Amino acid sequence: MTSQQICEKIRERFGPAIREAKTEGVPNPFVSVAPENLRDISLFLRDEADLACDSLMCLSGVDSGKGMLGAVYHIASTAHRHTVTLKVQVPAEKAEIPSVADIWPAANWHEREAYDLIGITFTGHPDLRRILLPDDWPGHPLRKDFKVPEFYHGMKVPY
Amino acid sequence: MAEVLTAPLKTSTGRTIRREEMVLNMGPQHPSTHGVLRLELVVDGEIVVDVIPHIGYLHRCFEKHCEAMTNYQQVIPYCDRMDYVAAIHMEWSYVLAVEKLLGIQVPERVEYIRVIFAELQRIASHLIAAGTYGLDIGAFTPFLYMFRERERILDLFEMTCGARLLYNYFWIGGLSHDLPPGFIDKAKAFCSYFRPKIKEYNDLLSYNEIFVKRTANVGVLPGDVAIAYGATGPMLRGSGVNWDLRRDDPYSVYNKFQWEVAVGKGEVGTVGDCWDRYMVRIREMEQSITIIEQALAGMPEGDVASAIPKRIRPNPGDVYVRTEAARGEIGFYVVSDGSATPYRIKARSPSFVNLSALPEICRGAMIADVVAIAGSTDIVLGEVDR
Amino acid sequence: MGLLDKQFNNSNVIITSIDNLLNWARLSSLWGMQFGLACCAIEMMATGASHYDLDRFGIFFRATPRQSDVMIVAGTVTLKMAERIKRLYDQMPEPRYVLSMGSCSNCGGPYWEHGYHVLKGVDRVVPVDVYVPGCPPRPEALIEGLLKLQEKIRSESLVKKSA
Repeated sequence: MTSQQICEKIRERFGPAIREAKTEGVPNPFVSVAPENLRDISLFLRDEADLACDSLMCLSGVDSGKGMLGAVYHIASTAHRHTVTLKVQVPAEKAEIPSVADIWPAANWHEREAYDLIGITFTGHPDLRRILLPDDWPGHPLRKDFKVPEFYHGMKVPY
Repeated sequence: MAEVLTAPLKTSTGRTIRREEMVLNMGPQHPSTHGVLRLELVVDGEIVVDVIPHIGYLHRCFEKHCEAMTNYQQVIPYCDRMDYVAAIHMEWSYVLAVEKLLGIQVPERVEYIRVIFAELQRIASHLIAAGTYGLDIGAFTPFLYMFRERERILDLFEMTCGARLLYNYFWIGGLSHDLPPGFIDKAKAFCSYFRPKIKEYNDLLSYNEIFVKRTANVGVLPGDVAIAYGATGPMLRGSGVNWDLRRDDPYSVYNKFQWEVAVGKGEVGTVGDCWDRYMVRIREMEQSITIIEQALAGMPEGDVASAIPKRIRPNPGDVYVRTEAARGEIGFYVVSDGSATPYRIKARSPSFVNLSALPEICRGAMIADVVAIAGSTDIVLGEVDR
Repeated sequence: MGLLDKQFNNSNVIITSIDNLLNWARLSSLWGMQFGLACCAIEMMATGASHYDLDRFGIFFRATPRQSDVMIVAGTVTLKMAERIKRLYDQMPEPRYVLSMGSCSNCGGPYWEHGYHVLKGVDRVVPVDVYVPGCPPRPEALIEGLLKLQEKIRSESLVKKSA
């Protein structure tokens, strides 16, 4: 099944939940969904027999600009050898997305990294804390408005 | 486990001894952690109850650097430095992603040269992985033997692009240098030199009784758990899952070559134990030689720099491309906003995801087994922390 | 071999000063702490391996700081790691030396401009004796750095305290 066909299947099953879908003319077709429906769509992708998406390849946090943060899910199936992309957008002031760590255990560390670097809170995550940066680091570096701190624990940070 | 822990122990005189768990730190500086990894072990005597990995000691802000570059080509040296043991694979994945975003097709000669160098790099990376794994277990000699072979491979790299470890060789649309005269003969000589060495390694280390006792039936990772945790590469194939991106989601010219995919079968222990993962790497080295010989035989002529674009300004959009590297699946998610500067680049590194499965397979093992398991996952902290 | 070769013609007696003797002893067996952080660690391993042997200089890697003379900081020092480096340096017994290998530990390296988590040079937390430039330095360059460190030790004196 191609990515376009999977996006169509999601659209016919979850029609109103789809915020945006681009399946033609792009190198990577995707479906953008509302955060409330993310878990239902993920369970559908994993448990439906001819989709069988058992592996989350990558979860990236993105600062989409205009006060919105996003998470992009790249999901694959080892049995059917197809891939699909989901996107979720949330406002930066209240950046909360339900966690899929119990659906795909691979999401556990990826969500911690997105929380660490972008600042999206994944509700329902078993252990959401910073993973790459120290626990007392100020701010979220991959946001476009991040300012580099002058000193950290007495060490000068800029060159 | 908990009942055993809190059950009181009585001495021969009838006194009760209180037992509790201990937190032991395999700190960022440790000879066996392959870099700056901190493993917090919660142990009950010698048995490990839980492992909590702490990473980030090598977080070098790759993704923020990409957003400040003035050109997509400038990102390539940073890609090298993420997986510094197998730098070519990191470069290739990134370059493929940007080429897909731009929609350009590279000449066939470039593809063949890329395959040759990627397979050479795979061999070099597995030599380090197997050599340092032997070092962790306590075998010093295979380390020296494998580094001797590795120097021959680094000679090949150095004569082509000038660098031993961090190459900046794969450029978007082509390569920085063509093959120098004499390369093909030297590469063929290396292939015939290297094949008998695999037997040497098997005699020295792989079937060595002590090595087998330390690694067989240790750290068993079942296949379905491996897929759920997103493990890829030798970690996944060692668990018996026959999945190789070069064959199952082919990129470049891999569909023109024939080779066998090495899968763990539980020869000396259980399927998915440390020995299986190690043996998959040894067998992959042999298969890489097969691919290199086929590529050298069929190398077409051409210009390696003809498709390199003068200005790289992709249309707004995003793309995710994955390739099979020495450690697993490297994925690059590149977002472009139409300008010459990348908007967001996310590197999905195999070691990051493989490491997240470590707590699962270390529970119930002994402290010495944790060293064997951590070595068999073959992580490189540069790509874990980026 | 090397320093003592063909020094004695007839007798087995050497006359030297304590300074020379101590310095010779220290520089001939510099035990390094195994402290590879990043890419330079791979080149350090290659230098210690069979092709460019370090054992012929008496240099042997020890896992613990308590038994080592020189700390070769090979690789990028991040802010999270810098405190641990300071602690490891404090755990080394004197006389102790630090060799900064590669541009990342010299001055921040390729991450100097936008690396918010990179310490721009390990000399911001520990005093450094020898800097070896390169990204990564070739094994020959690392050996030259170690030989320069040996020269520095050769000129030390008990009376005059070195850094």
